[in-house]
Amino acid sequence: MQHDMIIAGFGGQGALLIGKMLAYAGMHQGKEVSWLPSYGPEMRGGTANCTVVISDRPVGSPVIKTPRALLALNLPSLDKFEDLVRPGGVILVNTSLVNREAHRTDLKIVKVAANDIANDLGNPRGANMVALGAFVGATGVVDLCEVEALVRETFARKPALVEANLTALFAGFAAVGGAMADDVAATPVGNS
Amino acid sequence: MAKKLMKGCEAIGEAAIRAGCRLFFGYPITPQNEIPEYLSQRMPQVGGTFVQAESEVAASNMIYGAAGAGERVFTSSSSPGISLMQEAVSYLAGAELPAVIVNIMRAGPGLGGILPSQADYLQATKGGGHGDFNAIVLAPWSVQEAADLVADAFDLADFYRNPVYVLGDGLVGQMMEPVEFRDERQPIRPLEPKTWASTGWKKDRPRAVINSLYLDADTLERHNVDLQAKFATIRRDEVRWQGYHLDGDYDVLIIAYGTVARVCLTAVEELREKGINAAILRPISLYPFPYQALREAAQKASAVLVVELSAGQMVQDVHLALQGSRPVHFLGRTGGNLVSPEEAAAKVADVLEGRSVEVRHA
Repeated sequence: MQHDMIIAGFGGQGALLIGKMLAYAGMHQGKEVSWLPSYGPEMRGGTANCTVVISDRPVGSPVIKTPRALLALNLPSLDKFEDLVRPGGVILVNTSLVNREAHRTDLKIVKVAANDIANDLGNPRGANMVALGAFVGATGVVDLCEVEALVRETFARKPALVEANLTALFAGFAAVGGAMADDVAATPVGNS
Repeated sequence: MAKKLMKGCEAIGEAAIRAGCRLFFGYPITPQNEIPEYLSQRMPQVGGTFVQAESEVAASNMIYGAAGAGERVFTSSSSPGISLMQEAVSYLAGAELPAVIVNIMRAGPGLGGILPSQADYLQATKGGGHGDFNAIVLAPWSVQEAADLVADAFDLADFYRNPVYVLGDGLVGQMMEPVEFRDERQPIRPLEPKTWASTGWKKDRPRAVINSLYLDADTLERHNVDLQAKFATIRRDEVRWQGYHLDGDYDVLIIAYGTVARVCLTAVEELREKGINAAILRPISLYPFPYQALREAAQKASAVLVVELSAGQMVQDVHLALQGSRPVHFLGRTGGNLVSPEEAAAKVADVLEGRSVEVRHA
């Protein structure tokens, strides 16, 4: 079983961080993982994306041209990668920054208004965590409890940030129809 | 030690420290800046020294000096920077000094671009600098293997008193993968004390002079004969490669190294599910090149396909191995573009169905 995905957005939206957290969570679940950033020359406000592979077997190609899942944090990302996603895959669209419908009909389109949800939580900078939670809920590539553990570990020295980030993470997860946020810490989700 | 998720560049830096290297001299260039960045923080923690030199020329000659003093030392750079270091690499080989040089290749020629490439193959494997010499060249395909090969590179450099390249493409430097460092690592070759090193003379032994200048023709020829004997030993004892699906039947044998071999492996797995049999031989040591293994593995195949991020540099060594016994095909990307598994699989189909044109040895 292999999950491969492209996480894409504006520089500063947290695409690379989201990808890293997915890779870490996968590794903590005992999976083989790779995280490959696009590191080409980019201007500020330009696009940033990374490719993450989470697999039961050693990762073959870390380069994925036709991913099984896409997280499009903004419109240019959807424009660039929509046609490349494998039929039967998943595209998660951040509708806060994407003002068009996805045109693919041969795969699952999931929507989350990541920036709006984060704003409503009073934590605009938490949009990346909302998107991460929604992506985990939409794809099941890793268990939400692993991501939660990772957030607790990453911000161990700043308890206030742990709570703010987890709230955003769970809100994103719930927004796409994931299990109730109250239960997720104890109940592994996902089908990987 | 538990697995850690690290960038290839960071893992290379940590592997060098764990191999006992306490001196790094370098000059920044993308896409390997995470190596000096990591070591600028890490070297002081272990009592080592990190120096950002004024140029690659300076850094490579600092390597020469430190190696001459018997220290484990390394530098890293990317293609244009490695070109600037070629004089020192030739001097290292001439003076028989051990040093490790990491090249995280970017697309050329000239300043080129910062994206991945494998277009320094010929520079690394055929000398690069002037004179009759070869550096050992090791090419990792994963972050774990990058760490492992860096450790081995220090042992091989010390054992043969010769420069050793670790040749990675931009991908292996930039991607993150789990890596594990072995706590109790033994040298892979028996290493003697460096009695030849120039560490200060107390009249208790002949002077240790580090030099590559031999003005007398016969003396220099004898030196060259000795060097060639050493390179012959390296060609006999240090060949490294791995095969994938070589045990079964296959129609096409793919030759690829570094991360490109992983792209090809994914392509081969997908092809085999469709009933198309292909296999891979992955050179790990590019010098010495696995000529013999390639020749043997090619016997089962009707054609050989070389895949590289270059205009076809390793193709030359594949031709040398095969001596015209099998048709050789080539798939390459340049400019920093990558080969995708789909492209590699399509090329195999082209080869099998007669749509690919054979690359002939001029």
